[in-house]
Amino acid sequence: MKSRWQLNWRLLSMVMALALVLTGCGRENLSALVPKGPVAEQQLFLMVLTSAIMIGVFLIVMIIFAYVLIRYRQRPGQTGIPKQVEGNHKLEILWTVIPFLLLIVMAVPTVAIAFDLAKEYNNKEAVQVNVTAHQFWWEFEYPDLGVRTAQELVIPAGKKVQFHVTSADVIHAFWIPALGGKIDTNPGLTNKIWLEAKEPGTYYGKCAELCGASHALMDFKVQALEASAFDDWAKKMKAATEAPAATATGTAAQGREIFQKSCIGCHAIGSEGGKLGPNLTNFGERKLVAGIKPNDAQHLAEWLKNPQEVKPGNTMPNLNLQDDQVSALVEYLHSLKVTQ
Amino acid sequence: MSDHTSHAPNRSGLWDWLTTVDHKKIGILYLIAGGFFFILGGVEAMLIRLQLIYPEAKFVAAGTFNELITMHGTTMIFLAVMPVIFGLMNAIVPLQIGARDVAFPFVNALGFWLAALGGLLLNTSWFLGGAPDVGWTAYATLSSNHKFSTLGTDFYVLGLQIAGLGTLIGGINFLVTIINMRAPGMTFMRMPLFTWSSFVTSALILFAFPALTVGLVFLMFDRIFGANFFNPDAGGNIVIWEHIFWIFGHPEVYILILPAFGIISEVVSTFSKKRLFGYSSMVFATILIGFLGFMVWAHHMFTTGLGPIANTLFGIATMLIAVPTGIKIFNWLLTLWGGHIRFTTANLFAVGFIPTFTIGGMTGVMLAVPPADYQYHDSYFVVAHFHYVIVGGLVFGLFAGLYYWWPKMFGKLLNETLGKWHFWTFFIGFHLTFFPQHFLGLMGMPRRVFTYLPGQNLEMGNLISSIGVIGMALGSIIFAINMVVAAKSKKAAGNDPWDARTLEWAIPSPAPEYNFAQTPLVRGLDALWTEKMAGNKGMTPAEPLGSIHMPSPSFLPFLMSLGLFVAGYGFIYAGQWGTYIVAIAGIAFTLLCMLLRSLYDDHGYHIEPDEIEEKGVKA
Repeated sequence: MKSRWQLNWRLLSMVMALALVLTGCGRENLSALVPKGPVAEQQLFLMVLTSAIMIGVFLIVMIIFAYVLIRYRQRPGQTGIPKQVEGNHKLEILWTVIPFLLLIVMAVPTVAIAFDLAKEYNNKEAVQVNVTAHQFWWEFEYPDLGVRTAQELVIPAGKKVQFHVTSADVIHAFWIPALGGKIDTNPGLTNKIWLEAKEPGTYYGKCAELCGASHALMDFKVQALEASAFDDWAKKMKAATEAPAATATGTAAQGREIFQKSCIGCHAIGSEGGKLGPNLTNFGERKLVAGIKPNDAQHLAEWLKNPQEVKPGNTMPNLNLQDDQVSALVEYLHSLKVTQ
Repeated sequence: MSDHTSHAPNRSGLWDWLTTVDHKKIGILYLIAGGFFFILGGVEAMLIRLQLIYPEAKFVAAGTFNELITMHGTTMIFLAVMPVIFGLMNAIVPLQIGARDVAFPFVNALGFWLAALGGLLLNTSWFLGGAPDVGWTAYATLSSNHKFSTLGTDFYVLGLQIAGLGTLIGGINFLVTIINMRAPGMTFMRMPLFTWSSFVTSALILFAFPALTVGLVFLMFDRIFGANFFNPDAGGNIVIWEHIFWIFGHPEVYILILPAFGIISEVVSTFSKKRLFGYSSMVFATILIGFLGFMVWAHHMFTTGLGPIANTLFGIATMLIAVPTGIKIFNWLLTLWGGHIRFTTANLFAVGFIPTFTIGGMTGVMLAVPPADYQYHDSYFVVAHFHYVIVGGLVFGLFAGLYYWWPKMFGKLLNETLGKWHFWTFFIGFHLTFFPQHFLGLMGMPRRVFTYLPGQNLEMGNLISSIGVIGMALGSIIFAINMVVAAKSKKAAGNDPWDARTLEWAIPSPAPEYNFAQTPLVRGLDALWTEKMAGNKGMTPAEPLGSIHMPSPSFLPFLMSLGLFVAGYGFIYAGQWGTYIVAIAGIAFTLLCMLLRSLYDDHGYHIEPDEIEEKGVKA
């Protein structure tokens, strides 16, 4: 029975989603209205169900409302006093009982889905990812795979991912609208949430809880890969973590020197370096600088020259780098590739 | 009774306003303070929408934007709508129950000055190193640790602590007033709905504000004295703040909306010339909403990670509130049904309230579904929802109340033509601003973001939303002009300009300082209407004309509040040289004023019958 029910709501939500895309309601892979995974689909089903009931109630109220306002407005010259009505027990019982019934219609799937979404999957059933939110970036650790990365979450498509989320400083919230709803990252506590992307693709993630000056800029990306591509990525990341490429040539070698001197206190490449800032092992393959700007030479240079200008209030200091130092660092950072 | 008979103190101008204990004047003071803070909060809102008018706009810096959203929320809730609600309660509730003043006139003045000076303290942060920037909810650890937030948050803690004290005092005063000061025959089940909702609101204040007080004390200790209530590194727990804040914060929503329900009930009934449909079920629904309001706080915390059992229990409890709220909506519609509806400005706002608030209530039920809320939470959908409830519900209700009772408070009617312009610009502007925000939220726009990136399909909704603000601003300006026009108008409103039903319309406008020359005898629901239907010109007196005992004005409430205001700065700058001396001196000054109040017997004064008749009041 459950499968037919699921099929029905999947169909319903697909139709809804199509209609919304056609009417321009949101960017694909960002909007909660265009679900890309089972969690977001179930949530959209509840949204559609409750909106439908509520719009029905609203229409009834509005029909009575319009009728009353037109029919009973005072006409010119109208005198006398309208009949003073005390109340009507039948009517009052009617509009107490019907809302109760509607609430039950909403409450039953609500409870079912709430408990389904709260399930926890172990490492046999799902990829485990530890998420730590920082002001204003995201750290992703795959404890079973020996991989640590930042800003770009990589997951296998068609497989459940179990997240364990916490924060290193203040409350943030971990939100990938197209894949499912959000969960707070509480400092000192760990929350759990599972998500799944049905198709490979790039999805957009956001911080949803006010966390300081650059709360608005605390975006991240989610890459869903085919299962085999994901395994390959994980293997290469693990190798790069254990033995980061120690050689660099030309300007990149200069950049490496600067990095070893000025940056490594906070940023790690592989397992070497500090953990205060994002891990940069595969930085050359990331699509964004600081989670918001395209990862090209120009934007990376702007970021290195003045991080506070790009992301106010973040913890990266201005190192007062010279132009040639910046271009050397850019060269080096862009050479940090793992899968090629 | 005292045997000291003195004469009415002769005070005027500023001195009169600083020392008054007359509930009608305190009501006006509340309106002035609320109006002032409404302008501040409105300007903040306009700057917010200006910054969000297109992607990556640079009108306001990231940090300043967070100050603006924090102060907009805090100001509007604590310092704008609460004072206006208290203003109307002060001006009207004693008149509706046939009382000569509130139970504790001195304390009433104290409540006002605490609220006003607390608000002022909070707002001085703009000039003293920056306003709070942690959101009006001030979640720890962002708010509890100096590493993450500026001195502004200390202004938030101390300012709200002082203002909250004033609100709590005011709430207690109205509870006692409504229980003890009703005229003969004014049974509970004959009280007008506005008085009923003020009563329930006051009860909610009594139970909800102490939670805020406790939370603010914790936060103050963490920030100022290095305590660790919310410090996870030292065994503290940040979720405790969320619980405490919302145990206060959710009832606060009903503290705000219930008086609006009361106003709508009065206005709809008067302007359809019908008694309120289902009066007893309205009273029952008001009490039930107040009660359930305390059972649902965790629906603000569905994404905190409380687990599916807590989430669904709080979700279903929240859905239940839709039932009594639905009862109210249908009762209003059925009150209008069969009536002779007059579309005065007051009634336009009341009628405009119905669809707008219904939308806010509907999104409220949608938000009560925890799994769906994981998507809505902290997105613009929530911003749209609570503005539909608080602006579309409460502010529309307050405008209805102001147009309705303005003649009773000031003796002049507000201009109806300007009023209609006010309604339509504000109504259209409101929906333009907030309706698109539902979709922005679902399309992935989190709330409290100072900007958004281009190419995310968020441009159109934000642009429309920002344009809508013009309508709301225009409406507010027209309302300000209307107040001036009304003040200059020479036409007196008369006792009962609306052919209304309740007791306040039986006495002159504005009411004399003693309200009722003779305490009236109440003979039914809608006391004045009952007399009208019996063919009487006015109320039947319940006592012979006699000398009326009045409370003396006093400067002490202002001074007591001033002491705490000064002490606030001592705590905010704690740790710097001499600041504890300021804190202690301020508190000592307040205690000294309290001592003075206790030791010095002031028995008030009497107004004699001949004075009453001289003033031309018919007995």
